[in-house]
Amino acid sequence: MEYLAQAAQNPLIPTAAELIIGTVCFVLVFGILGYLLMPRILRMLAERTESIEGGLARAEEAQAEANRLLEQYRQQLAEARHEAARLREEAREQGAQIVAEMREQAQGEARRITEAAQAQIEAERQQALTALHTQVGTLATELASRIVGESLTDEARQHRMVDRFLGELEQPAARQ
Amino acid sequence: MTGEVRLTAASTGGCHLFSGCGYPAPGLQDFEFKPLFTVGSLHFTKPMLLAVLCAAGVIAFFWAAFWRPKMVPRGAQNLAELGILAVRDQILRPALGRRGDRYLPFLVSLFFFIWVCNLMELFPVFQFPVMSRIGFVWPLVIIVYLLYLYLGFRHQGLWGYFRNMIPPGVPFFILPILIPVELARFFVVQPFTLGVRLFANMFAGHLLLTIFYLATWYLASLSIGLLYAVGSAAMVVFVFLLELLVDLLQAFIFTTLTATYIASSLEPAH
Repeated sequence: MEYLAQAAQNPLIPTAAELIIGTVCFVLVFGILGYLLMPRILRMLAERTESIEGGLARAEEAQAEANRLLEQYRQQLAEARHEAARLREEAREQGAQIVAEMREQAQGEARRITEAAQAQIEAERQQALTALHTQVGTLATELASRIVGESLTDEARQHRMVDRFLGELEQPAARQ
Repeated sequence: MTGEVRLTAASTGGCHLFSGCGYPAPGLQDFEFKPLFTVGSLHFTKPMLLAVLCAAGVIAFFWAAFWRPKMVPRGAQNLAELGILAVRDQILRPALGRRGDRYLPFLVSLFFFIWVCNLMELFPVFQFPVMSRIGFVWPLVIIVYLLYLYLGFRHQGLWGYFRNMIPPGVPFFILPILIPVELARFFVVQPFTLGVRLFANMFAGHLLLTIFYLATWYLASLSIGLLYAVGSAAMVVFVFLLELLVDLLQAFIFTTLTATYIASSLEPAH
């Protein structure tokens, strides 16, 4: 009881035991927090910040990559469309050219055939003419010799003879 | 009669209004405790037990929170991170900026130890603010001051440290007055106010709570006193909430001043 009576006098004067316990308590708190626990959490906080920033950077990178690919695809698509249009155009041109060539060729062929036919006709006509020439001479000679051989007194006989001659001429043709 | 005895008398119900005994006003004696045990000449008392419990509690909480920190925080880690980041952003950064981050563990220890010690006044059973015993305040002040002086000497030099106490351009004849005043400020007034502010607030808070606790009980008799007892009980609730704020505020102030001292040691104020 006398301990309480003397200690109660001045609240600003500490007791030795309190000083010791107070110091030990705080040193323990600071020692464990400051050297064991806080470094761990601060490291973790730094890591977390880094990973979040890293994640953001990665996402941004991926986005950029996606954009780049999209652009590339678009470009390729446009190129392909362009190429297809060009090919179509080329094909049309080629087709038109082929048609034109074919038509020209066909016309040339037709002309050639026509010309050949005309030449043949001409040749046959010449041949016929030549044959006619020779035959006309022979026939005329033969007819003249018959007319001269028979007496040409009677006009009726002359007619009959001419008819007969012509009839003979036609008969071999009919027989053939 | 000692406080313990009178408190016991009041709280075990013998003493009420009109029952012949006076109001057992709380006083200095309520801050004295019978030793739980004694080693040599050192008495181990309830406040010391509370201090040890507070230290153990703070360590246990942060151990649970930070021993195996997770990338995605959960539970205790979440709460403790909130706590240390609050100390960093509300106390450390405003005073010291980013260069002060290496003092964060010190300030966090200081803040949470003081806060939990203060909160002891509100918990039933404990019901005593450790920091209302100045023996627990001075060690903190001494440690803060040792750090303060050490950093000052290291960053400004021994001579430069004292020279920087005197603002430049002061007339020569003022120095004989200024130097003692400044020295007194640095080595007596500042540490004294740092410690006593915390101590006195906790002391007063405990006194206030005790006054209204005791008054409520003392007035609660079958008489007009019952009415006053209800008023006193309302005051208990009010003071309780007030102390909840003061406990936090005093821990905050002590830590903020420490941060300011460290900042002024790192570079002279003028």
